[in-house]
Amino acid sequence: MKMQTTAPSHTATSNPCKLCSPLGACLVFKGIKGALPLLHGSQGCATYIRRYLISHYKEPIDIASSNFTETTTVFGGKNNLTNALKNICTQYTPELIGVATTCLSETIGDDVPQYLREFKSEQEPNARLPHIVPVSTPSYQGTHMDGFHAAIKSLVTYFAAPLPRTQRVVLFPNMVSSADIRYLKELLADFALDHIILPDYSCTLDGGPWDGYQKIPSGGTSVEDLAKLGGFAFAIELGRSPAGQESASAYLEHKFTLKRYTTGLPIGIQATDEFMQILETISRQSPPQAIREERGRLLDAYADAHKYCFEKKAVVFGEADMVAAMAGFLLETGIIPVLCATGSHNGILKAELEKLSCQSGRSLEVREGVDFEEIHDISRKLKPDFMLGNSKGYSIARKLGIPLVRVGFPIHDRIGGQRILHLGYRGTQQLFDRIVNTIIENTQAQSPVGYTYM
Amino acid sequence: MGKTSLPDAAKIKDELLKVYPTKVKRKRSKHITVISPEKEGDSIQANVRTVPGIITQRGCCYAGCRGVVLGPTRDIVQIIHGPVGCAYYSWLTRRNQTRPKSADAPNYMTYCFTTDMQEEQIIFGGEKKLKQAIQEAYDLLHPKAIGIFATCPVGLIGDDVHQVSREMSRELGINVFGFSCEGYKGVSQSAGHHIANNQLFKHVVGLDDEPIAGKYKINLLGEYNIGGDAFLLEEMFAECGFTLVSTFSGNSSYDDFCKSHNVDLNLVMCHRSINYMAEMMQAKFGIPWLKINFIGAQATADSLRIIARYFGDSELIDAVEKYIAQEMPEVEKAQAELRPRLEGKLALLFVGGSRAHHYQELFKEIGMKVVGAGYEFAHRDDYEGRKVLDGLEVDADSRNIEELKVEKDNTRYQARLSAEKKHELEKQGITLNHYEGMIPSMEKNTLSIDDISQFEQEKLLELYKPAIFCAGIKEKYGVQKNGIPCKQLHSYDYGGPYAGFRGAINFYREIDRIINTRIWKLIDAPWKEEEQIRADFAAS
Repeated sequence: MKMQTTAPSHTATSNPCKLCSPLGACLVFKGIKGALPLLHGSQGCATYIRRYLISHYKEPIDIASSNFTETTTVFGGKNNLTNALKNICTQYTPELIGVATTCLSETIGDDVPQYLREFKSEQEPNARLPHIVPVSTPSYQGTHMDGFHAAIKSLVTYFAAPLPRTQRVVLFPNMVSSADIRYLKELLADFALDHIILPDYSCTLDGGPWDGYQKIPSGGTSVEDLAKLGGFAFAIELGRSPAGQESASAYLEHKFTLKRYTTGLPIGIQATDEFMQILETISRQSPPQAIREERGRLLDAYADAHKYCFEKKAVVFGEADMVAAMAGFLLETGIIPVLCATGSHNGILKAELEKLSCQSGRSLEVREGVDFEEIHDISRKLKPDFMLGNSKGYSIARKLGIPLVRVGFPIHDRIGGQRILHLGYRGTQQLFDRIVNTIIENTQAQSPVGYTYM
Repeated sequence: MGKTSLPDAAKIKDELLKVYPTKVKRKRSKHITVISPEKEGDSIQANVRTVPGIITQRGCCYAGCRGVVLGPTRDIVQIIHGPVGCAYYSWLTRRNQTRPKSADAPNYMTYCFTTDMQEEQIIFGGEKKLKQAIQEAYDLLHPKAIGIFATCPVGLIGDDVHQVSREMSRELGINVFGFSCEGYKGVSQSAGHHIANNQLFKHVVGLDDEPIAGKYKINLLGEYNIGGDAFLLEEMFAECGFTLVSTFSGNSSYDDFCKSHNVDLNLVMCHRSINYMAEMMQAKFGIPWLKINFIGAQATADSLRIIARYFGDSELIDAVEKYIAQEMPEVEKAQAELRPRLEGKLALLFVGGSRAHHYQELFKEIGMKVVGAGYEFAHRDDYEGRKVLDGLEVDADSRNIEELKVEKDNTRYQARLSAEKKHELEKQGITLNHYEGMIPSMEKNTLSIDDISQFEQEKLLELYKPAIFCAGIKEKYGVQKNGIPCKQLHSYDYGGPYAGFRGAINFYREIDRIINTRIWKLIDAPWKEEEQIRADFAAS
């Protein structure tokens, strides 16, 4: 396969294909039991990120702010941070406060870890303080994915301490949907693995009505479990980390001799097979019958529908790991991911697509650090049959007159973004049915006759 | 809940404050006002910094400038100078609608341009990248005007968006202007409204002196065309015989702004976000303004009548009466049909800088009671009326927002009304350049709460158990977790329009559907009661 990669053609960004890093950090803290995220910066950051996450998850999402004023920008944010922490403690009595920085506090050079040390030393000796975990997330570096990974790493380095070895497993699921996390929990239970998932926002960001007011919605990885990380036997990391950056699982391996497994997001037969092999190895169990049947059904569906898929062209965009996994899955089905694009710029997508290239003789375009204006320019030439990615692709799909199959984040023009299952044989099955039906529906709609039997 | 059984608002206020530490309690207490029977002395603290750590629904200065005031304008290319987040989060999120005047007229609202600042620009400055961004946007779209919006780090690293704008203006031969609307400025998005007003006034309003044809020339200020409200109002004005020159800024265009100083009267919908523009146009060009409200059928009729009397032309007065007479029967029919299903039910409204006031009209028209209302980012004058303006204390946050010194334009100033005419209007109860605020229209033993916190909101739901809560997307899902429906009045949840007569009918029907849906009755599972019985039995 030839892989075409070109540098972005513009200096500025038109219609960005990435969000800022504090958003990713807030999402991670939403996956910790009893935790409240706090953004150290202008209140607008908290408000914007709340409203954006809420528009996808359709759940209440509280994010506190240290509410910088003009004076704060001159004299530093220590007082604001201290006040914010105190007020959060009295109102919400959280178990953990995740403090993420913003471009504002980073630009003025606030030393948050130092402020936190001072804050703790200023409290009464017996005061019961929540865990306060800082993470540096300047929005001018990287994307929301970098904030996501940085927050996980901060939690792990904060909590992990040497402990006697247990047989427990920690799974780092990557930025997947609430439904995906629920499914992963089910899978790990099927293999009888004693596990935690970090982060676990499967309930906090997709729950039912409340019996009474919940200051912080229930669910999430508990701090008690996090505190035991140092004794865990295994870590599984889904998705790839950028070269030169030590991921949370790599840190645990290096520091505590735990056994680490990494694989791409399990989407498609091959990728899910790889993930299953990891689960088999760790659990020393073969997959249960129900999972084998799911795999069988998915293969059956591939066979049933392959004639509709062959040579269909897809433009895939979004987070690098998600795009790479989707591309692998599409190639299995005969659909060609003619353009694989991401707003991040860290080599993950290129590296993953190069691996895929060994299996295919296709000409694929891979673009990192792109915006939607560029995706649009390239797509016009490639004449895709559909787009696969988040809601922000809609305007291009509309201009090109092709359907958009919604996956990933953000999905704010449909209901149920948090419930889209992407992972495993089961998630792939749902995706595959959706994609094939979209192709058929489009063919049907374009037909002058309007056949009803296929 | 009937009329007599409303809980004591003063007690509810105490409940809301109970959890706070002493200092916060003292502070928040001033933001919660129990409406008294006389209302005269009811005062409230507003437009004051939110305490850090108190989760607020407020946005930032940038949001008010870029999102609210400039956002609905379709043909000014808007470039956000800063890291990527702020641009992304304000990208088409307010659901403003727009309708270009012809098929080939530009609409850039679906675009999101940003300099996407990286660490390199934070360290070495971002002006060069900004210039390139302006050039690239120009090459792509060839707009008549480009607005540059500064986000938090820009002010700190010393980038001068105004200087860059001037340079690029000269180079490209188009109107490029900057907004220093860094997020940390001011108290809330309100600061951004002010900055947006200032820059539009300085750089755009008054550029086109070409006389405008038509009678009864008006601008509509503070109408942002959420859910198509402005479209309905445009039709209404046309049917009554008004000439609507420009709206600030729903369904608006750059050209309309340029000639907006050639009108006879400015109408102000959202006093908070746009009163600066009204005042500056009055001072420079002599255009008086009238506070009107087109949310609520009766309010719409009243507003139209007042405007007609301002012009005083019998032809116009007749046309307005004819229009009201034509529209009202359908409205009354809908009210009669829905009132029995909604009468006496309670509503809470915490939204915006004018909507919490305007929407009370609609609820009253279907017999509902608004027991609590407050703004996110309004000032005291929006609660208590402009009479408090002279006594307002200006704190450090607000002092930093530029107050433009506007003088009479010697050639273009023209007093629209004689002193006698003005006096005559006042005798009829029509006061120009005035707003009474929200509190006078509220009922006694209700609450006005400024910048309500997440915590207070939850407490209110528990204590009032209202039939509906009106706010925005940040509040919506938390409210609904409690089995109480929430209507978004920022974005209308894809509904609307709600303005004018036809909009009112839409709103009544939607509120009926929301409140009387079966969903809320399904919440309790059949086993809940059995489990309770078993638990009680075990306990006994």
